[in-house]
Amino acid sequence: MSSGDGVSQSSSKKSKKPRYSRFTQQELPACKPILTPGLVISTFIFIGITFIPIGLSSLSASDAVVEIVHRYDEVCISSNANDDEAAHFARIGYIQDDRTNKTCTRTLNVPKKMKQPIFVYYQLDDFYQNHRRYVKSRSDEQYKSPENEQKTKTCEPEAFNDDRKPIVPCGLVAWSLFNDTYTISINGNTIPINKKDIAWRSDRTHKFGSNVYPKNFQTRGLIGGAKLNESIPLSEQEDLLVWMRTAALPNFRKLYGRIETDLEANDKITVVIQNNYNTYSFDGKKNLVISTTTWIGGKNDFLGKIYITVGGICLFLAIAFILVYLLKPRPLGDPAYLSWNKDPASY
Amino acid sequence: MKMRRCVYINDDNLAQDLYCDNRISNRKYTIWNFLPKNLWEQFSRLMNQYFLLIACLQLWPLITPVNPVSTWGPLIFIFAVSATKEACDDYNRYISDKKANEKEVWIVRQGIKKLIQAQDIKVGNIVWLRENDEAPCDLVLLGTADPLGTCYVETAALDGETDLKTRVIPSACMGMDFELLHKIKGVIECPSPDKDIRRCDANMRLFPPFIDNDVCPLTIKNTILQSCYLRNTEWACGVAVYTGNETKLGMSRGVPEPKLTAVDAMIDRLTGAIFVFQIVVVIVLGIAGNVWKDTEARQQWYVQYPTEGPWYELLVIPLRFELLCSIMIPISIKVSLDLVKSLYAKFIDWDDKMVDLETGTRSHATNTAISEDLGQVEYILTDKTGTLTENKMVFRRCCISGSCYGNETGDALTDEKMLNAVSSGSPDVMQFLKVMAICNTVIPVKSSGAISYKAQSQDEEALVRAAAQLLMVFENKSGNIVDINFNSSLIQYEVLDILEFTSDRKRMSIVLKDCQSGKILLMSKGADESILPYARAGQQIRTFAEAVEQYAQLGLRTLCLAWRELGDDEYQEWASMFNEANSTLVDREWRVAEVCQRLEHGFDILGVAAIEDRLQDGVPETIETLRKAGINFWMLTGDKQSTAIQIALSCNFVSPEPKGQLLIINGKTEDEVCRNLERVLLTMRIADAEPKDIAFVVDGWALEIALKHYSKAFTELAVLSRTAICCRVTPSQKAQLVELLKSCDYRTLAIGDGGNDVRMIQQADIGVGISGREGLQAARAADYSIGKFRFLKRLILVHGRYSYNRTAFLSQYSFYKSLLICFIQIFFSFISGISGTSLFNSVSLMAYNVFYTSVPVLVHVLDKDLGEKTVMQHPQILFYCQAGRLLNPSTFAGWFGRSLFHAIVVFGITIHSYALEKSEMEEVSMVALSGCIWLQAFVVAIETNSFTVLQHLAIWGNLVAFYVINWIVSALPSSGMYTIMFRLCRQPSYWCTIIVIVAAGMGPVLALKYFRYTYRSSKINSLQQAERLGGPILSLGNIEPQLRPLEKDLSPLSLLQPRNRNSVCEPLLSESPSATRRSVGTGAPFDFFQSQSRLSSIYSRNSKDN
Repeated sequence: MSSGDGVSQSSSKKSKKPRYSRFTQQELPACKPILTPGLVISTFIFIGITFIPIGLSSLSASDAVVEIVHRYDEVCISSNANDDEAAHFARIGYIQDDRTNKTCTRTLNVPKKMKQPIFVYYQLDDFYQNHRRYVKSRSDEQYKSPENEQKTKTCEPEAFNDDRKPIVPCGLVAWSLFNDTYTISINGNTIPINKKDIAWRSDRTHKFGSNVYPKNFQTRGLIGGAKLNESIPLSEQEDLLVWMRTAALPNFRKLYGRIETDLEANDKITVVIQNNYNTYSFDGKKNLVISTTTWIGGKNDFLGKIYITVGGICLFLAIAFILVYLLKPRPLGDPAYLSWNKDPASY
Repeated sequence: MKMRRCVYINDDNLAQDLYCDNRISNRKYTIWNFLPKNLWEQFSRLMNQYFLLIACLQLWPLITPVNPVSTWGPLIFIFAVSATKEACDDYNRYISDKKANEKEVWIVRQGIKKLIQAQDIKVGNIVWLRENDEAPCDLVLLGTADPLGTCYVETAALDGETDLKTRVIPSACMGMDFELLHKIKGVIECPSPDKDIRRCDANMRLFPPFIDNDVCPLTIKNTILQSCYLRNTEWACGVAVYTGNETKLGMSRGVPEPKLTAVDAMIDRLTGAIFVFQIVVVIVLGIAGNVWKDTEARQQWYVQYPTEGPWYELLVIPLRFELLCSIMIPISIKVSLDLVKSLYAKFIDWDDKMVDLETGTRSHATNTAISEDLGQVEYILTDKTGTLTENKMVFRRCCISGSCYGNETGDALTDEKMLNAVSSGSPDVMQFLKVMAICNTVIPVKSSGAISYKAQSQDEEALVRAAAQLLMVFENKSGNIVDINFNSSLIQYEVLDILEFTSDRKRMSIVLKDCQSGKILLMSKGADESILPYARAGQQIRTFAEAVEQYAQLGLRTLCLAWRELGDDEYQEWASMFNEANSTLVDREWRVAEVCQRLEHGFDILGVAAIEDRLQDGVPETIETLRKAGINFWMLTGDKQSTAIQIALSCNFVSPEPKGQLLIINGKTEDEVCRNLERVLLTMRIADAEPKDIAFVVDGWALEIALKHYSKAFTELAVLSRTAICCRVTPSQKAQLVELLKSCDYRTLAIGDGGNDVRMIQQADIGVGISGREGLQAARAADYSIGKFRFLKRLILVHGRYSYNRTAFLSQYSFYKSLLICFIQIFFSFISGISGTSLFNSVSLMAYNVFYTSVPVLVHVLDKDLGEKTVMQHPQILFYCQAGRLLNPSTFAGWFGRSLFHAIVVFGITIHSYALEKSEMEEVSMVALSGCIWLQAFVVAIETNSFTVLQHLAIWGNLVAFYVINWIVSALPSSGMYTIMFRLCRQPSYWCTIIVIVAAGMGPVLALKYFRYTYRSSKINSLQQAERLGGPILSLGNIEPQLRPLEKDLSPLSLLQPRNRNSVCEPLLSESPSATRRSVGTGAPFDFFQSQSRLSSIYSRNSKDN
């Protein structure tokens, strides 16, 4: 407030008259829906009758997926220890020993005809790729271009090798790269697993540089997972790329490759597994998954079930509301509910 | 001891640097200290400190779950917004200061007139003003163009009074030559700067060669204060006594305490509760995280936990969770609330239905932050004159020496009897008219033949006008000479002294010398109780007292007129005392009053004049509506008891007998007051249960005693009674009463129009000023100013109610959406090894908080649950706001539960449908985020009562914007979520997941809402249904029985002897209503309504049968 303010204020008050508008008068035309029984009940019926078919169709889609899941981590190690703890340590000893032969051959039965493309996944259970320490330990800049080789600050504790040279690709995620391999054959005929284009295209073209080559990788005392061919640029190391797409859940599947031939029902598949990866220390599970896919993706009953459940509940609610409406009609806006006690405040 | 300052007039050499120059500065900041000072101010708020702490913690990369940008960004944005607002305000202040400072004024330097900038004026300089100039600082007048040393000033900027006020030069400077004014020397002794614009108790002594060597007293009448305008006077000059920020105006500036609304307080409490919840979550998850780390994570070789950690290792996980959970307290809530609050204020400013058509005055919200409180008002304390009434005084009746005029016609001016008396020249009537015409401070202004009157007091103006109509025309006032024209014969009087009106004395007098006869006369007018007791011995005053009583019952204001002749000696002796009193510096007001008292006695009472003050339009309806809305009314007036009661009756304040009952507390002694108080209290306690309108009436004297000695009993009375009339109360008592009600935890609204209401207005939770005829003083001090009392209805029922409803939704929704995302983060931590991984990336988190979820909810300011008309018809609905039904811990618990439920839905469905081969982190996070965005859009939609185009645009447009923004981000190769959104949008399972999230999330909400709406409907719901279905709404008015007989049927007689009435009422219910009244707000919401609706349905059925 300065001197003379009063005068200017009173004069501006008159001049400040806004033009009449529906906005300033809070009189914008408005639609004021109310929850009439008709509206609510028909909404619920609508949800019910649309959701149940969607649920059924996604259930059937999920059903149409042929999936072979085979857990091999336990069966691939012959443990002759009696008690659990001894077995646990025996397994760890086995997997950490470089010299043991880790080849393991399993035979699987194809339950139904599988049309190509057939996807081969590995599934890890109780593996926390989303652990904070793990998920942060990477350097997307380093992977992208060779100039950023030194940008390993975020990669601790896998930033430098023992000679203080930067590791490329650095970080725990890359270091722990999954290294089991599968070879599939039917009746002695090897079925090729196409490992091309299993990673996201955006990863190959943008996230990982085509001129960044692995360096000093897995050269520290502690070896994590797979080793990388130092002559192949990161963008072509598709297994790495797949692995680096960290999973949000502790149970996850990652694409191993594609089989581009149909598998007939009751085919006996022989899988030769190089069982290298250590899930024994933390009692994780390893599965081999061979699966087809449909419009909803792989086998997943959840969506179908939840659709049917939600749809069913909605129908139930609709019926319940109809019943209540019929048994205990209560007209909306009945004046009987409207008159006031003379004085609500002193009541 | 007060400090003094001595001002040496026109002395360029003396150390005038003692006092500051005339540079006005209202600025809070300078360029240099702006940033630190502003930041300091912002960070003195607890919430900001919290956010700063969080933001600082985020700089530690070991614990931060997301990029620090996600907190720093919004924080800096919010700070920048506040700082920019402050800077703009400050810049505007600087500009207006600069304008005032650089204005050119004429001053005298070394005996020569010079033109300088206003800011260079120093204390002691002589400043010359020309007509219509604004005074640049506080001046003591030395000379004016008028030979008698008077000038006129307009003080509107100071106190809002638009009439002209007379200012005179001190007696010492009287008759001084124009040339001499350049050379004048002297000293003015004045108090240290203060902000009292009504007083200036100073002394002046001129140095030789100026003859008058005596100390000359100065009053406010000898000054022109800063920002006053010189009017109707060619020039004036004065000496600067206070300059710069030390002027009266400068000292009275100041930032009033910011008012906190009940809603704000509730939000603060809820924030506190959420904070505690957050701490608990952090501690639990922190411990769990450490345990998991030690038992599980160490076996997970791929995590490479070092066996030995640093000393703070145990703290790392809890701190991570603290950061992860810090979004529980929404950072955007403050900004959104500020934004919507200023919009509420704008809606008030813009409202065309609250424009006073007569003057074109719009309503104005000065305080933009407290609109919600309007909807929660429980007590309204109102002034009478000018607030309920128009403050347009019209002389209606009079009683002169035993005969009453105007009783038949209702207008004394047209009464035959009166006209006859005037034409026959009855001496009593003549004298009465003379007093009416002269005894005042009115200034007649002649313009083109017609005389108009400029008066400070509406009463005086009315009297002078009436006298003029009865041929006694107050024609001219030049200096001390007053010209009265009666029947075209001129009578002249010389005014010797004016004994001014004060609210304590309640009378004013004027000492005159008849220019023909040389007789000295004293004329007085004032309130009956300050005139009638001082009648000369032997005069019968009964007729006057009866007339006063009779007039008061008609709701008229009464003034007693009296006069007496003074002896020469008596006057001389008194005059010297009066002068002395007038020149005291300490307690001048009191001394003067005491001296006045010595002259004002032995009156010859001439008669009683009755002045009508009409009620404003719509006052009874407004009061009735607001009373129905459960608001209690107290009337605080300076007027006398009977007038106040009469006005109260005529404006529905209290119901007439037998519905209403007035309990009167008065008495002059403690005992009397105590007895009265107890009697009234007893009646109240018994009677409160029955539907009777009980009000108590208390006068200022009894109130003083009651507040001092029986404050507990009086407080109880205040709580029990819905209506009270306090008459003869002083401004400070008004403020005291407000304070009393506030201390009982009631929301109070004070409304008034005059300077005497300012304290009450400032004291109350909400102050409303009527920009009326008594000036803008009240309107200035108030939070809201309205043109007419009837706008109060709209202000409270429409603006207050909507504001409350909207803020209630907005604040709880802000917590809902923050909790939603936070719960998802917490759930995610359970499947990520309780390590504090954030599911969402930094960009999404930031955008979610400040953008995606803020825009739709901001448009909620357009929501109207009920139409304005419906609310006006059913003001009782305000009860929901008063009791805080829409924002309290239990509604908040509902929102809390909803966010928990929605988080479970979003998270559960996402991780199951995006399991195994789809469980890529970025994708899962985007699916969950999309689920949240969709859900919140539907939550806003389902809680919106009226959809305008803007709301549709904001809610659904926001949803579209979410996708567009994410597509853009997904198109950037450098972003972490490159291609994610494109991938997702191509997947049918994405859309299936979103749809099922919405259905599963909203289905139960809709079902519950529908169930409540139909089978447990609140009054608001019922009204909504009635309003929208169109049918019964019109019949509602009939269902409401006419509880009140026609208000025109006043029965004033029943009030004549209220004290003798002893109506004790039988109690119907014995429970204490005061207890239930307070507990209703937090009690179980359904009980109240069920029982009430049961009762009321019986009630309405009965009324239908009639």
